[in-house]
Amino acid sequence: MTSRIDRDNFILYHCTRLLNATQLQLGRKQMAKIILNGRFAFAISMWLLTSMCGAQEPPYFVTYSHSLEEPGNLEIASKGAAASPKYANPFVSQTLELEYGATAWWTTEVYLAGQHTSNDSTIFTGFRWENRFRPLLREHFINPVLYVEYEHLTLADKGLLEVTGHDSIANFQLTNAQAKTELEHSLEMKLILSSNTHGWNISENFITEKDLNEPEPWEFGYALGVSRPFALAARSQSCVFCRENFSGGLELYGGLGTTDGFGLKATSHYLGPIIGFNVPKGPTITFSPNIGLNDNSIGILYRFTVSYEVQQVFGFLHRGGR
Amino acid sequence: MRAPRLLLLTLTFCVSCAMAASAADYSAWLQHVPDADRKRTNPYAGQSDAVAAGSKLFADHCAKCHGADALGSRKKPSLRAPAVQKASDGEIFWLLRNGDLRHGMPSWSAIPEPSRWQIIAYVKSLGEVPATTELGPSK
Repeated sequence: MTSRIDRDNFILYHCTRLLNATQLQLGRKQMAKIILNGRFAFAISMWLLTSMCGAQEPPYFVTYSHSLEEPGNLEIASKGAAASPKYANPFVSQTLELEYGATAWWTTEVYLAGQHTSNDSTIFTGFRWENRFRPLLREHFINPVLYVEYEHLTLADKGLLEVTGHDSIANFQLTNAQAKTELEHSLEMKLILSSNTHGWNISENFITEKDLNEPEPWEFGYALGVSRPFALAARSQSCVFCRENFSGGLELYGGLGTTDGFGLKATSHYLGPIIGFNVPKGPTITFSPNIGLNDNSIGILYRFTVSYEVQQVFGFLHRGGR
Repeated sequence: MRAPRLLLLTLTFCVSCAMAASAADYSAWLQHVPDADRKRTNPYAGQSDAVAAGSKLFADHCAKCHGADALGSRKKPSLRAPAVQKASDGEIFWLLRNGDLRHGMPSWSAIPEPSRWQIIAYVKSLGEVPATTELGPSK
């Protein structure tokens, strides 16, 4: 309890100092010195560390379940993907995800994406703004969630947060210089269907995407996931490596062609086991080796995510139910 | 001139109605619990191990909103209030599964059933706190 009060006072002290500095109209250099002051950064880090908590979500990379972010919570996640595609340079892609629970039935997220390709360059590839809504306010056997996303990405994006249309390995064979000139503004929509039963989560996503700046056909994709915690009941003792903190599952996703050519051919498909580790009072770490299921897919794609849930960032805006 | 005034009046009326409706619904979840769910019993009731496990889960998932002592905070309700403590385990289980999304309580169906029962065992072990202090800020 005392540590929480100390932490709050510590942050308050440094915030007040920052505010005073602004009021006194200090020069830019002095302001920067205060902002970059190690103690201020330490205070923010401490606040994040003591406020964070592992998310109670299935450990999927592409598939969405009907779990939304709790109102007022902010999840910060770093999603990575690494692969060495055939006839192309190896790459590592990094996507920063900021997910906020606006209400109990609406979650909004911003993604910032970038990638590094060996023998090429490191570039920022764009952003996404995503919103998920739960139209039914009660839990059912199958729970629908509506997903709407605006994407502002170049063709150089290698995050593989979904596969749609005729996405294939050929996309990875372009150099960054070639790919970054093609900017896509697109609208992506998903119908998420998800069930929680006997500790299992089963989720199915139907994806559709439309390029907004070119008269291209609608693209389709799918993602399926099944997962379960390793233990359904918690142990009474505090433990780090106990089964309740781990979850495992399987994920399958790929493209379904376009309105001009619907089907499973001429697109890529991936299947992968997933393992998630929820560090008590810490981050959630997830890893999955995805195996490409046809010649259009990357042979093996390694995915990893580290996510932190910062609880009640803007909690004062939210009221609770009784 | 009349049209904007009428629009403003209508808007004010609608906002007031919405606020009143949401205020009226504030403790309405109990009425929606089906009988079958109401009668469900907690398989972990009274087990000290389950209470200890529930306390861990409570700290992870519930304490930030409802307070470490479950007494609630300025905008989040106390779980030691008579309405919660007198509710049956089955009723609270129903609330954890469905949430009260309209009033900010999320669904916790992603937490496995046994863990949810452990949380209930812990919350019930805390006991009732008189109404004068039940909505006080958490310490």
